[in-house]
Amino acid sequence: MKSLNCDVLVIGSGPAGLAAAASARETGAESVLVLERNRELGGILPQCIHTGFGVRVFGSDLTGPEYAQRWVERAANAGVELVTGTMVLEIKPKLSVLATSPRGGLLELHAEAIVLAMGCRERPRGALAIPGSRPAGVYTAGTAQRLVNIEGYLPGENVVILGSGDIGMIMARRMTLEGAHVAAMLEIQPYVSGLRRNLVQCVRDYDIPLYTETTVVEVRGQDRVQEIVAARVDAAWQPVAGSEWTIPCDTLLLSVGLIPENELSRQVGIELDRRTSGPLVDQHYQTSIPGIFAAGNVVHVYDLVDDVSEAAVEAGRAAANWAAGELLTPDGYLQVEAGANVHHVVPQRVGHRSDGAPAKLACRVQRPIEQTARIAVRDGNQVLAQRRLRYARPSEMLDIEVPARQLDEARGSARLIVDVTCPERGQ
Amino acid sequence: MEERDLICVTCPVGCNLTAVLEGDELIEVRGGGCRRGEAFAREEVTDPRRMLATTVRVAGGDGPLVPVRSAEPLPKALLLPAAGLLRRVVLKAPVPLHQVVVPDLLGSGIDIITSRAMPAAQGPRD
Repeated sequence: MKSLNCDVLVIGSGPAGLAAAASARETGAESVLVLERNRELGGILPQCIHTGFGVRVFGSDLTGPEYAQRWVERAANAGVELVTGTMVLEIKPKLSVLATSPRGGLLELHAEAIVLAMGCRERPRGALAIPGSRPAGVYTAGTAQRLVNIEGYLPGENVVILGSGDIGMIMARRMTLEGAHVAAMLEIQPYVSGLRRNLVQCVRDYDIPLYTETTVVEVRGQDRVQEIVAARVDAAWQPVAGSEWTIPCDTLLLSVGLIPENELSRQVGIELDRRTSGPLVDQHYQTSIPGIFAAGNVVHVYDLVDDVSEAAVEAGRAAANWAAGELLTPDGYLQVEAGANVHHVVPQRVGHRSDGAPAKLACRVQRPIEQTARIAVRDGNQVLAQRRLRYARPSEMLDIEVPARQLDEARGSARLIVDVTCPERGQ
Repeated sequence: MEERDLICVTCPVGCNLTAVLEGDELIEVRGGGCRRGEAFAREEVTDPRRMLATTVRVAGGDGPLVPVRSAEPLPKALLLPAAGLLRRVVLKAPVPLHQVVVPDLLGSGIDIITSRAMPAAQGPRD
């Protein structure tokens, strides 16, 4: 078995992996290696042919393939070694990985630091427990996106979409542009779960009927989907008896959420956060195992790729510093907790430090506030940082910086709590 | 006077805007966090435009398709006709990035360009 050494090893070449690797090399790590199991680089970006990428990072509105190309160039120019067709099978606690490829066979790699950038998987039908037969024609939205945009195959002509996540809305438009009919989009919550601009550009622009507080209660068909049964739901998401109606269709797309890919993390014993379903990290994106960092959608699901890249640049820099022995283990942590109307916060803990750097906390709210809101960080009862928000919506990640001086003051209480409230209602 | 509720699509924030119209004339734009909202509202009530992204076939390519987009936002009414037209286009590999696929699409003055390169096929795909 071949054995290799490198300073920083990155698993995955999506937006997080490419940015982490480029950044690690730019920070000074001598050998940086990216392992990608697919035959091409970019992760999910090559199939995201729509625009909306890179407005903040590159100052221009790019498609997914163009955004990937820019980062591949930056990583290659920095001297990162990019390896495709190679899949990591196992991470060992002493920072080595076992990988395999059709050409190279089994390979063992030793690294000073590892960055996890495996991204997410889509939540499948089995996780939803939709009753009915098991005909062909049920796809996750991302699978349909790959079929349409990469393979050149239209998965159906008459489509119902369950869930209103960004990929589902983007596929509603995409299938329409390819000549399919999108009969309905159903969302179990009272509001759309993806970005509002996608509601406009992908759903309303094409007059696609959107039913909120509605779900699929049955899939019917023998060989192929023939119709689905939709029903209204109550506040507890239970179908309302008598509200059912059928929608004829040959295809059902599911856009009902993403789950971080955690097989490697679990196997090596990295602590996971129940709320994000991803590895628990500190402000340097270091996981519970020293020397293993994590970046991008594997940590928590982002809505904007620019945010993924920026976070991954931080993770890559920290990994390079760790590899060089320049990132010290803190002598204690502040635990970061989700407070009022907050679903989760990343990082989950902030290590004590004296480098004068603020801590940037990112969170997602549980319920939308369609008016001026406030995000605040407190330790016990004292507010350490706060700012006003134009809106607070579950589809949009929020962030706030806590200055170093406030972090020092909070040491005694050992925790930070993030709240997102609506000041006008006195909540 | 007519009031029209809009959602700004200029950036991911998605501000709620209200456009106040008198006949065809835009009198006022309420809401929104920046000046781009007003420009968006003005275009949205007079000449709404969107970016188009789709794919075209490639003969002899490493993959069967290459993604394409409009070089600038197209008038909304052209999106579906343009997508229909592009479904019938076949390019020959290799295709470079940002190659013009259809110049001056349907008289709009806007080109359709590739958004990635597609090299020629190199043996069987693994």
